[in-house]
Parts: sequence; C-alpha cells; structure tokens
Amino acid sequence: MTRFLLPLAAFIVLVGFLAVGLNLKPREVPSPLIGKPAPVFQSQLLHEPERMLASQDNLGKVWLLNVWASWCVSCREEHPLLVELARSGIVPIYGLNYKDKRDLALQWLNQYGDPYTVSVVDPEGRIGIDYGVYGVPETYVIDKNGVIRHKQIGPVTVESLEKKILPLIKELQG
Amino acid sequence: MNLALPFALLKNSYPQKISDLRNTFAGKQLILLLVFVLLSPLSWAKEAAPVADDPVLERRMIALSEDLRCLVCQNESLAGSRADFANDLRREIREQMQANKSDREIIDFLVARYGDFVLYRPPVKPATYLLWGGPFAFLLTGAGILFFYLKRRRKQIEEPPLTEEQHRHAEALLKEDKGNNA
Repeated sequence: MTRFLLPLAAFIVLVGFLAVGLNLKPREVPSPLIGKPAPVFQSQLLHEPERMLASQDNLGKVWLLNVWASWCVSCREEHPLLVELARSGIVPIYGLNYKDKRDLALQWLNQYGDPYTVSVVDPEGRIGIDYGVYGVPETYVIDKNGVIRHKQIGPVTVESLEKKILPLIKELQG
Repeated sequence: MNLALPFALLKNSYPQKISDLRNTFAGKQLILLLVFVLLSPLSWAKEAAPVADDPVLERRMIALSEDLRCLVCQNESLAGSRADFANDLRREIREQMQANKSDREIIDFLVARYGDFVLYRPPVKPATYLLWGGPFAFLLTGAGILFFYLKRRRKQIEEPPLTEEQHRHAEALLKEDKGNNA
C-alpha cells in the first residue's frame, strides 16, 4: 500500500508548492524601507522650478508619495483614482515626477488632471534610487514621523486602496 | 559619403569603356570616390575605444554588477541588462566607485534600498537557511534512502545455502550431463 501512497503524497506536496508558487508575485519585491525613515530629498517643483520642496517639510502629516511619469503607461491606469482621492481631501498626494521631461509632464497633467499637492522632479532618477523605485508607478504611505509605512508597487487599484491604503491612512492619522 | 552627385553625373555621360572613365568629369569623380571608399577602412583600423573613461573602474563595476540582479528584468544581472533601471544603477555604482567606496559599501547601499533580492548570492541568515541547506538536506536524505534500500536488497538476493536434497539433485543432473556428452 505504501508503495502507492508515498509517491501520491509526494505528488500532492509538490502540487501544493507549485500552486503557492503560481500565486506569488515575483514582480513585487518587498521593500526593505518599510518601517524605516523615508529617504530625505530636496528637489525642484515641477510647476515652479525656482521653488524647492524638502521631504522634511511634510513632517507632522500623513502623506502619499506617488512616483509617476508621462511615459509610464500604467500611471494612466491609476490616475483617475488618484484624482478622486485628491478631491476627497483624505490625504495629500505628493508626486515624484520620475525621469521625465518637464514639458511632457506638464502636458500630461493638463490632459489627465493633477491630483498632486505638488510634484517634485527627479530627472535622473536619483531620488528614485534612494526610495528603491524600480517599477513606476509606485506609491509610498509616509506617516507623521516621516517613516515609510507601506509601498504599493504598480498602479493603485480600488482594491488596494480600500483594503490597505485607506485603512492604514486612517490609522496613522488617528 | 554622398553618392548622389557622381552617380547623377554618370547618368548624363555613361562611359562605354573603362578607359572612358578617365576622360569624363564624372568618371574622374567616380575613380576618386572609389579610391576614397577603398582607403577608408584603413583609416578606421584601430583598436576599439573603451566606452568608459576609466577601463579599470569599468571592469570593477561590471564584475560587481554581474552578481546583482536587475529588478526590472529579473532574470538578468545588472551588468547584462539593457533596462533603463540597470543603466541608472550602473551609473550609481560607477559614481560610488569613483568616490572610493568599497564593494561592500556599495552592496550595502543597494541592499538597503532594494533588499536582498538584488543579490544573486543571498546572505546566509535564518530566512535563507533552507535555501542554502536545502540541497544538502536533499542529498543526505537521498543518500540515506539509497543506503537502506541497497542494504535491504542485498539481504533479499543473498543466495540461501542448498539443502542436502538439492545437492543430490544437482549432482545427479551434472552426472547425467556428462553421460550425454561422452
């Protein structure tokens, strides 16, 4: 009897492993920055290049940092949601315009709407490297103490917003 | 090189023989053109210029980035990937090397931002014990199973000694065989 049961058991275990493996998302590499202070940056504003924003200016409030670019196709997917979120006034969204051209970025915002309190520019992707950005769009939830609490890799979806991001924001603001 | 002019001229006075070439204006231009075209490879013949300003540093950068994973195209190393992301990180590594950072410091810099996933050689720590030890565990298990299986098998195929009766029977058979051959 064990002659058949043993291979069968081994087979079931293997199928179990494969089933779990199939449902993993290898594109979503967990960020080591979660629970760590958000990397400090200071950069020009997209709309007013003569003004600067420093990340420390946002200490004391919960904010989202959304990495976007006009060349990024999936950014278009999440954009209506961000516009809606910004309109609701729940949380300020700051944009990091990643490896983009200023005129194209401005044109893109004109076309699709501008959900950002302000956008800062990162033309060479250096702030991006500090934040561990590798797949635009990415969205970071940063708390009042400037600590990264969550990183959304890829477009924000209704599901991720309702299940993860909004409850987390509420908790952090409370 | 612009070929349009000599060929346009050639159209007007197409030479009938090779010797005609020398006599026409377009022919002279064509010969000149041929000379230039044939000579030009010689002028290019030199060693390929290194892409980087500092070939030694570039080699060190490539050697380091071969052990690092590109997060965009995850089956490629940072050295081999043509993704924009890999380009940026190679630039970052290059700049840090120029700033006299050690390989260790650069790797720590990248791991702090992208996690252990950037390393093709993950560090040995509790979370990776299974990863590092797994193959050896499999090997030992396999060797153990094989050892016991062979031991059992040897016992099974060991020939039991012949009984008295079997001996007699065998002897009888052998005698019979001899008788037939003779």
